[in-house]
Amino acid sequence: MIFMQRNEILEQINTIFIDILDNEDLVILENTTANDVDEWDSLTHIQLVVAVERHFKIRFSSKEIQSWTNVGKMVDSIFSKL
Amino acid sequence: MKDFSQLKKNIKKDFSKLNTIKIAVLGDTATQFLTIALRGLGFDYGYNFDIWEADYNQIERQVFDLNSDLHVFKPDFVIVFKSSHKLLGKYNKTNPEQYLSFGSNELKALENIYTFLFEKLNTKVIFYNFNEIDDAVFGSFSNKIESSFLFQLRKLNYELMTISSKYQNLFLCDLSSIQNSVGKANVFQPSVYVNSDMVLSIDVLPKVATKTLDIISAIYGKFRKCIILDLDNTIWGGTIGDDGIENIQIGNLGIGKAFTEFQYWIKKLINRGVIVAVCSKNTKSIAIEPFEKHPDMVLQLKDIAVFVANWENKVDNIKYIQSVLNIGFDTMVFLDDNPFERNMVREMLPDICVPELPDDPAEYLEFLYQSNLFETASFSAVDLQRTALYQVEAQRATFQDCFTNEDDFLKSLNMVSIVSSFNKFNVPRIAQLSQRSNQFNLRTVRYTETDILQLISSKSHFTITFTLEDKFGDNGLVCVIILKKENADVLFIDTWLMSCRVLKRGMENFVLNSIAQIANENGFSTLKGQYLPTLKNEMVKDHYLHLGFRESNEFWNLNVKNYQNRLNYITYKQ
Repeated sequence: MIFMQRNEILEQINTIFIDILDNEDLVILENTTANDVDEWDSLTHIQLVVAVERHFKIRFSSKEIQSWTNVGKMVDSIFSKL
Repeated sequence: MKDFSQLKKNIKKDFSKLNTIKIAVLGDTATQFLTIALRGLGFDYGYNFDIWEADYNQIERQVFDLNSDLHVFKPDFVIVFKSSHKLLGKYNKTNPEQYLSFGSNELKALENIYTFLFEKLNTKVIFYNFNEIDDAVFGSFSNKIESSFLFQLRKLNYELMTISSKYQNLFLCDLSSIQNSVGKANVFQPSVYVNSDMVLSIDVLPKVATKTLDIISAIYGKFRKCIILDLDNTIWGGTIGDDGIENIQIGNLGIGKAFTEFQYWIKKLINRGVIVAVCSKNTKSIAIEPFEKHPDMVLQLKDIAVFVANWENKVDNIKYIQSVLNIGFDTMVFLDDNPFERNMVREMLPDICVPELPDDPAEYLEFLYQSNLFETASFSAVDLQRTALYQVEAQRATFQDCFTNEDDFLKSLNMVSIVSSFNKFNVPRIAQLSQRSNQFNLRTVRYTETDILQLISSKSHFTITFTLEDKFGDNGLVCVIILKKENADVLFIDTWLMSCRVLKRGMENFVLNSIAQIANENGFSTLKGQYLPTLKNEMVKDHYLHLGFRESNEFWNLNVKNYQNRLNYITYKQ
């Protein structure tokens, strides 16, 4: 996982989003925000965070969790930890 | 165990055919995920939980305001989840001079919640106990400091157990034991807590939901009563048939310690009323030998209700065990080290619980502890008596196997019966049988205690009760007869009901002999009976036909002038 590219990270996050949000057709991009996705509310956000943490075997700080304004920022956080 | 996101997906399934139970969830932290986990897991347990969730941190307002949504909702259960974190927060704000009474004040508050809910809503209440937080202000020394948070928290948990043993409708869900088994780091995720005010991690939610559901379904009568054990490599190490009694591993031999401790666990289950049966592929005489002769065996033959050892397949043997004990397959657990046997039983008898025992016997106990197979909602002396009855019934059935001739079997039971009229001592039992007997009940006329007291003094009735005792035990009062004088010649059998425990013992013949005797002594020439069909009493449809009565106009008549006593092996006892 060491040389993972941003687009690979995005792809894997997408799979996680599909599973947690239970929406097979969901396509997320770096500029996707919670407002763009119906099922993505503050509670499912917690579920997403925990699932992403488990998948990449990383931990986010509580500050990071609050700071993401879009998917790209989340990718930034993941990228910096791999 | 399903994870949280699988439980969440359950929510979209069709709950319409499931039993609805109304549950209120009140918490002092965010409980949305807990609610989702409970409803989702409810589907797998066969329940449609209609859950009303209180707004955040509204426990007291909802409970003590009689006009609140909670009181309007009228739940069957109220789950109150006060968290250790909020408890600590409260402690932090407490004046240090009040630390010593902190735990008892919290207990009082919880007790008030329970008693108010029970009185006003007649509901069952589940409290989660407090998973430990050590605030490390004193280190281990806090164990010596009564005012420390850890001391007060543990005291509160202890006192909660004390009050819940006092209140029948208060149940504790042991969150603390979940934390002990998975560790605090897995129960509590600080970043999630800070962002969402949820104190239970996503990973632990299914475990908490399971522990809660186990309580609820036990209260609704779903609990396990019986454990069926394999022998070789399940309760001892090695194969008794190959290794011989000296070489099986139990006690100090080899990994015998694991099996000894396992047997002590089984023994404790027996002591609390769980029935144990053995189902082993072995020659019976060889399989029994360790129970009789091995000095390190904890389990003894008297602990085993039904002992089946033969070379037939286990599915048939378990069906036999089920028929002897006459309890549902869904109340049974089957423990066997052999995956083949487990799969076969699981496939053919899907209602039986078949835990996937670990390969290494050293792990059996820890695995079984985690599985929580024997959750229960009651424990009383009655349970132990019921077990004794099952065991007696099983002994009888096992014993019957030795007789090819039923008469020989019945003779060998040494049955005796006390025959008496109704009296003030047996009124409650007669009323109970009259209210509850559905199957062996010819007319299903229900009598209350008051009715029965009137019958005792009636000049136009004869009343008879029968007990039945045999070499295995006393069944108590099992048959009730009420005879009504119809005219100078005819005696009408108004009530004939019997406990189904004593079927096929010749009791019907014995009872008819007694009735005929009363008829003759009092100058009646005819006995008249009637069968009134209900949904449940088909088993006695031909009762009077079998006893030699003749049908006429929907009644059954028997001339008793030259009555010949019918064959049975029961004797009168004074």
